[in-house]
Amino acid sequence: MSLLELKNVTVRFGGLVAVNDVSFNVEEGEVFALVGPNGAGKSTVFNLISRFYAPAGGDILFEGKSILGTAPHDIPGLGIARTFQNIELFEHSSVLQNLLVGRHTHCRSSFLSDMIFTPFVRDQERHHREAVEHVIEFLDLQPYRDKLIAGLPYGVRKVVEMGRALAIQPKLLLLDEPASGLSVEETQDVAFWIEDIKKVMGITVLMVEHDMHLVSSVSDRVLALADGKMLAIGSPKEVQSDPAVIEAYIGADDLVEQEEAAL
Amino acid sequence: MRFVFKTSYDADIRMFKHQSQAFWYVLLLVVALALPFLIDDYLIGEATLVLIWAICGMGLMILVGQSGQVSLGHAAFMAVGAYSNVIYQTQLGIPFILSFPLSGLTAGVAGAIIAMPTTKLHGIYLAIATLAISVLAEDLIVILEPITGGVGGIFAPDIQLFGFQFSRYGHPNELYWLVLAVTLIVLYLYRNIIRSPIGRAFSAVRDSEVSAKAMGVNVARTKMIAFAISCFITGLGGALMGHFATVFTNETFNIIISIQLLLMIVVGGLGSIHGAFFGAVIIGLLPLVIAFARDGVAQMLGVGSITIPGLETAIFGGLLVIFILFEPLGIYGRWIKIRTYFSLFPFYRRDMFRRQKSYLKTERTR
Repeated sequence: MSLLELKNVTVRFGGLVAVNDVSFNVEEGEVFALVGPNGAGKSTVFNLISRFYAPAGGDILFEGKSILGTAPHDIPGLGIARTFQNIELFEHSSVLQNLLVGRHTHCRSSFLSDMIFTPFVRDQERHHREAVEHVIEFLDLQPYRDKLIAGLPYGVRKVVEMGRALAIQPKLLLLDEPASGLSVEETQDVAFWIEDIKKVMGITVLMVEHDMHLVSSVSDRVLALADGKMLAIGSPKEVQSDPAVIEAYIGADDLVEQEEAAL
Repeated sequence: MRFVFKTSYDADIRMFKHQSQAFWYVLLLVVALALPFLIDDYLIGEATLVLIWAICGMGLMILVGQSGQVSLGHAAFMAVGAYSNVIYQTQLGIPFILSFPLSGLTAGVAGAIIAMPTTKLHGIYLAIATLAISVLAEDLIVILEPITGGVGGIFAPDIQLFGFQFSRYGHPNELYWLVLAVTLIVLYLYRNIIRSPIGRAFSAVRDSEVSAKAMGVNVARTKMIAFAISCFITGLGGALMGHFATVFTNETFNIIISIQLLLMIVVGGLGSIHGAFFGAVIIGLLPLVIAFARDGVAQMLGVGSITIPGLETAIFGGLLVIFILFEPLGIYGRWIKIRTYFSLFPFYRRDMFRRQKSYLKTERTR
């Protein structure tokens, strides 16, 4: 049984078919990358899995069960965490508090006991702070622990977002362009972290990424999308050399020739 | 500059960051407790009013400052608290010790019910909807004349508690201490909210709803809880206000009060408990300061009493404009800046508190 299974999923926004009959499986313990030119439907697939969009057709299975009946805020509880392409952090909170929000699905106290701050809530707080501290340690965020997000540079925000998703302790981690806007060194860090997330933490990673270098260095399998349709699926090398993928990225050979002839 | 070395998780959970901070707050509490021995009855009345404003301000601050929902109708929930408290006492014969928390609960439930449809709205639309509630509440009080006394108003009896009496004119010191006790309880609840999961859920909803959802926060439910808690506290403040005013009518909790409450927390500093208190001091003591100044000017000029209608509102409006323009973080924000200036002297930079807008900066220092 695959960890995540998309079966013939289709999404329409009005007349536009954003995702057209896409099916793929993400196996447990692998790093699976979605690639494709802008507007290919990669982020739409992410928003489908986190239930922000409802598909017009098809089914999405997580651990063999359909998640289409699950509310968006219950998705992290199943073990699916995500990051956003345009960082969506809680600006006016500290890094620590941002990461602690990631622990929300593990909080068992009601708002009444929170208000009175019962010993149970206190113990729970200690436990969650310890869990978050492991994430801080893993991502080297110690210098920023008590800093407000509003004053942090972009690169750090990106890492905090990844940390917040990791704080959920998910089974499946969805990374939406983890390296976009990062410098070469920072991208390298991200590559190491993804490797560690897979091997040390045992978390399956599904990511959207444009940086083909990062994709080919960390991912086990790659799915190329264009205009909402599946082009190719396989190892990074196979996908990169697939003629359909090359055509989608660079344009068809014969088309170029035609244009040249016209000139 | 002070460095707090954290050696346990409790360091982040604790009420006070370090010992000297605790010292100052305890000193403040001692001064507050001793206040009746230091100033006369009239000023104690004003201090009581400031504390009541602070309670209502904290109530609204939870909603606006913590969870990012605007409400222009919080006077309505003050009214619910004030009226239900008196009605429970006089018509159902419930003693104050029960009627007081019950009045808060009544306002909280009212808030939760109203939150169901209104929290689907955002920003200006939510403001309009809550403004409508404020207007409605005023009319409702008139319509429900048999129990609310309508335009004629309703009389709040003196508070009897453990054999003690509390009233504004007869026993002002006792009333002050009672209000102070309620303030402390509310303060404690507020602090607990901030340091627990529900407070983090509030700020998550405030800063990014989509990402709150992705973190497993039930946005609609969280907003409803914010409304309920906020209205609960504001209702308690309203109940005390009822006793403080002794007689109140539908006019006592009108839209102006709603707007004043909102202005109060904005001027004080959004998102902080201090802000509610600073704002309450401004709103509570401004009329006093104006009166003193007016008398002083009148004496200086040798004329009789000067009356300028709407002076208070004008000055308050002017203050608000000044704050929005020059210090959007309110008095508390200014206080933080002054404190940082002195603790970092001479290394304070003007742009220290400026929000970084350049999102594509990728410098990462270790």
